[in-house]
Amino acid sequence: MSKPILSVRELTKRFGTFTAVDRISFDVGRGEIFGFLGANGAGKTTAMRMLCGLSLPTSGRGTVAGCDILRESEAIKRHIGYMSQRFSLYDDLTVLENIRLYGGIYGLRRREILRRAVEVLRRLDFGSERNTSVGALPLGWKQKLAFSVATLHRPELVFLDEPTGGVDPLTRRQFWELIYEAAAGGTTLFVTTHYMDEAEYCSRVSIMVDGRICALGAPAELKREFGAASMDEVFRLLARGAKRSE
Amino acid sequence: MDAAIKVQGLTKRYGTLTALDDVSFEVRRGELFGLIGPDGAGKTTLFRLLTTLLTPDAGSASVDGLDIVADYRAIRRRVGYMPGRFSLYADLTVAENLDFFAALFGVDAAANYELIAPVYRQIEPFRTRRAGNLSGGMKQKLALCCALIHRPSVLFLDEPTTGVDAVSRSEFWEMLAGLKERGISMLVSTPYMDEARRCDRIALCDKGRLLGVDTPQELVRSFDDPLYALTGPDLYGLLTAARRQPGVRECYPFGAAHHLVAERGFDPDGLLRALSAEGFTGVSIRPVAADIEDVFIKRMGHE
Repeated sequence: MSKPILSVRELTKRFGTFTAVDRISFDVGRGEIFGFLGANGAGKTTAMRMLCGLSLPTSGRGTVAGCDILRESEAIKRHIGYMSQRFSLYDDLTVLENIRLYGGIYGLRRREILRRAVEVLRRLDFGSERNTSVGALPLGWKQKLAFSVATLHRPELVFLDEPTGGVDPLTRRQFWELIYEAAAGGTTLFVTTHYMDEAEYCSRVSIMVDGRICALGAPAELKREFGAASMDEVFRLLARGAKRSE
Repeated sequence: MDAAIKVQGLTKRYGTLTALDDVSFEVRRGELFGLIGPDGAGKTTLFRLLTTLLTPDAGSASVDGLDIVADYRAIRRRVGYMPGRFSLYADLTVAENLDFFAALFGVDAAANYELIAPVYRQIEPFRTRRAGNLSGGMKQKLALCCALIHRPSVLFLDEPTTGVDAVSRSEFWEMLAGLKERGISMLVSTPYMDEARRCDRIALCDKGRLLGVDTPQELVRSFDDPLYALTGPDLYGLLTAARRQPGVRECYPFGAAHHLVAERGFDPDGLLRALSAEGFTGVSIRPVAADIEDVFIKRMGHE
């Protein structure tokens, strides 16, 4: 692996006597699609919050997109993209207004925002819909727009938190093609999902159980290691042993 | 009137949006019936209509033989409803919530204990904890107990497994199978297509309409296009290359392999030769049985 874009060692988060994340260590290489899996309550969200600079670790160290997790957590936010299924766009704002809002939040200059907005509208072929409220767009379009908006500041690393939850099977697949395309263009994607078929599309996958990473590798390697036919089976084998739930 | 739920031409509009469009189906007594579809399919609207929280703009429906408009009071006594959003009292304890729901329906929680016991036992150690402080999985179990405490004849569960991991989802379906043994009719909605096989029969729904109603086995059997699983080391490259080949109607990701929907008379060996000529190595293709997702995608496309 060339110099990793994300690298953490012994990352730990405790809340009182409860150890939510327990000494996790891993690297994510540039251009990888990294699947971050785990049962409910395994500590995924807490770990993600530390990686995105939203929460400081109790102990351990690491870097995300060139920023130190302990000392530069604020800077991390400017260097990454983040998208979740539940909340990413404002339904009452138009397509263009959403793009401008996010461009402003990411601190882009006005002229730069307009330039990138035109580019996004052209790439998605959304020109005719630029003044449509996002709430009126079909789900597949919304997702493409949400992804474009999350990457408007051209981050090298994008966190996707259950981007396909509650989405129909066709739109879900179209979204994964967007992920493939971004990875082929050199962007690194860090994805969580409850759909185990999506785990198969990742370059590498980690599975958290009870605060620790208990499996890490390419889907083919993990299936071999656990003698399983699918990632679903690998996940079940590991998560069945979990002691805690949420 | 041997149906637990009977829905005929049910339609509900919100302004210009038709949330539910001329929907008809029947749930038999004792059946575990799944409503399978993505967000925006109209699942929650259907639940609210059937539990008499909304009235339809057109069509009719009955639950346990009672009309959802004329007999709404009687229906409310006979059904259990677990909404998609947590709707218990966060500042009451586990036991207080249960007693409260029992009191609402004028039943004695202790008398109906044996019905909820298999589920309630798992949260009983936390009976003095406030519901707001429970984990997601425990909240879900408490909500199920509260929906069951008055021994409903029909149980409505709106997306009980959304956002829940694969193992917990599986456990929840086992609980439902247990309730089915007790003769309770159930309508359960889910966006997870892999849960279809847990149901006796399912309705596939999308954008307010039904794409098909049948047993999961029959729906899968209805898929009559030649279907293949295509895989190789470069999955993304393979996807775009396969779509350009003759005889390939569609190709989409499907876990570790792609599913390739072909035209009749398609020659898989010809495809392998063509891909090899384009520089792909280690590619394999084999016929595969359709999955509920294949059926859903195909029927979505036919609209």
